[in-house]
Amino acid sequence: MQFPGAITGGVLALLLFFPVPSAQAFSAGADISVHGFIDGRYGIRLQEDRYQRSTSLGEARVQLGLRRDGELVSWQLRTDLVHDEVAQQTDQDFEAGTGPVDLREANLLFFPLPSVDVKLGRQILTWGTGDLLFINDLFPKDWRSFFIGRDVEYLKAPSDALFISFFPAFANIDVAWTPRFDADRYIRGERISYWNPLLGRRAGEDAISDPQLRDRWGHDDELAVRVSKNIASYESAFYTYKGFWKSPVGFNPATLRATFPRLSVYGASLRGGLAGGIATFEAGYYDSRDDRDGTDPAVPNSEWRLLAGYEQQVGHNLSVSVQYYLEAMGDYGGYVNGLPPGSPARNRNRHVLTTRLTRLALSQTLTLSLFVYYSPSDGDGYLRPNINYKLTDAWLLTSGGNLFIGEDDHTFFGQFERNNNLYAGVRYSF
Amino acid sequence: MKRTLMLTIALVLIAGTSALAAPSADEIVTLANQASYYAGEDGRAHVKMTITAADGGERSREFVILRKDLPHDDQKFYVYFEAPADVYKMAFLVWKNVAREDDRWLWLPALNLKKRIAPGDKRTSFVGSDFYYEDVSGRSLDEDRHELIEETATRYVIRNTPKNPSSVEFSHYIVQIDKTTYLPVKAEYFDQSGSVYRVVEALEVGTVQGYPTVIKAAARDLLAGSTTINHFTQIEYDLGLQERIFTERFLRRAPREVTR
Repeated sequence: MQFPGAITGGVLALLLFFPVPSAQAFSAGADISVHGFIDGRYGIRLQEDRYQRSTSLGEARVQLGLRRDGELVSWQLRTDLVHDEVAQQTDQDFEAGTGPVDLREANLLFFPLPSVDVKLGRQILTWGTGDLLFINDLFPKDWRSFFIGRDVEYLKAPSDALFISFFPAFANIDVAWTPRFDADRYIRGERISYWNPLLGRRAGEDAISDPQLRDRWGHDDELAVRVSKNIASYESAFYTYKGFWKSPVGFNPATLRATFPRLSVYGASLRGGLAGGIATFEAGYYDSRDDRDGTDPAVPNSEWRLLAGYEQQVGHNLSVSVQYYLEAMGDYGGYVNGLPPGSPARNRNRHVLTTRLTRLALSQTLTLSLFVYYSPSDGDGYLRPNINYKLTDAWLLTSGGNLFIGEDDHTFFGQFERNNNLYAGVRYSF
Repeated sequence: MKRTLMLTIALVLIAGTSALAAPSADEIVTLANQASYYAGEDGRAHVKMTITAADGGERSREFVILRKDLPHDDQKFYVYFEAPADVYKMAFLVWKNVAREDDRWLWLPALNLKKRIAPGDKRTSFVGSDFYYEDVSGRSLDEDRHELIEETATRYVIRNTPKNPSSVEFSHYIVQIDKTTYLPVKAEYFDQSGSVYRVVEALEVGTVQGYPTVIKAAARDLLAGSTTINHFTQIEYDLGLQERIFTERFLRRAPREVTR
């Protein structure tokens, strides 16, 4: 594969800043693999929004992945070079993912002991059993990318972390330590309009939220641990997390700024075969450490989150999955009493149902899929239809939509009703 | 080694009795199943798959496949994709269970996600090719009734009729099995009207470490007009693969058995 010289030069420049522990690890230059893609996408809003542009997506990106697998040390670098027509914020920021370089992964993988693997650096982290629903996976998500029609891989934002896996005989233990809090790339008005409770209306680029950041190295850190074990082919896991709410759901009345309150999560999951399909169960207790008695209206209450899912292949090349998800707030009375007068109260229990339909056709070159979230308690929902067509092994055409419906303007999905969009894209992989 | 020994004994017994009577259809398909899917204790091969559509359009996949045999004919497979670029470094893990549904996972490196795949129709395309999952991992012998319908100088011809016809798309299939290697060399699948619509064939057979081995295989979909050729290279048996390779740890971090 030939690359334009400028891009190759850019990648080499990036490599210079990349730590390589020993000359030996770098010696077999021929073993370095280079892969990636060029992706162009365009999307439009389906209705006027006075606080947003009518173009929801307009970008070209080149992703380059370099990787070397060694006996003692492996390393990888995967980065996007982006030209984004829609973004208002174009300053380079590796944390927020804005600017011309979106660094996805830059890490070292090494094996200090036979039963220990260590991955250090920027990496994508995922665990848990939900399908586009997350309870014990508190690694950063990029909801903006998700809602505007980027490839679903961009839902996972990178973590700058130390990830250590231990493999004693009795279980697998994974420990992820993020020395400086990695928030979600949450909805804050930029590109996606949202319900602003202070203004009491939907807001967008006119009122971009500016929360108090948790950005002190080593102090505002996150620790996530998973202990997992397969019992026959049932996958069980226990999780714990100590860090912060991943989006600024708290509020500081003194500064009138949103905050990231402290959060701990304790949970478990189980996944395995059941009646010809796959069943999943996951639960987590969200311990909102800054408001344990549930009386502070500026900090979310503690809550239980539960998820049960089932997936089955029905017939030829068609799979169907359903999930039920619950957020059950503790100390609901305290929450209601603490609400400012006139503020809409949420329900004690938020129920969400999801379904995914995936149909493969034309020798699996055509994928039709529909993912639907529906909340009977909030009276809102979110539809994600998508069509992928592989013209050749290298060329992919894609098109889809992000469609929100809601009875109220302030509910989780209903607040995004003015962000309905359709998008189309083309990708060349190399 | 035990399995090889048993196979040898079975072969000798069958050879010894063949002067008196031909082996039964069940004996033949059992040996054919062993020869096709259980050579050695474990194995590794590099596979280049070329899919040619009716209009001449070509697609290809390249992957490394690891297999380890377990007691009771259970097996574990690790499939590591190298091409095309959009599936580069994806891995597919299968725990084949003879007594119940297989367990299958897909590793998606960009999401760092181990996705469990619902057990499904095994008679669907493997990675978009004309081969089915079942061609790759083997069809359980108990699913069909087997009859020896013909015996030539070099081949046994077996007719296989599904016990549960609604579970498959064919009415029956006829397999020709080489008498010396016990490798199936041709399988023809018949639809309800009795015509052949799908053919799977061994195009080239060699011997690797003493095991008769298919080097090149084709699957043809006569209705769609497409053909897939599998070319196996770097074939090795009895590498001493450890069972721990077939776990999440080595999905996250591809083992050197597939990357070297």
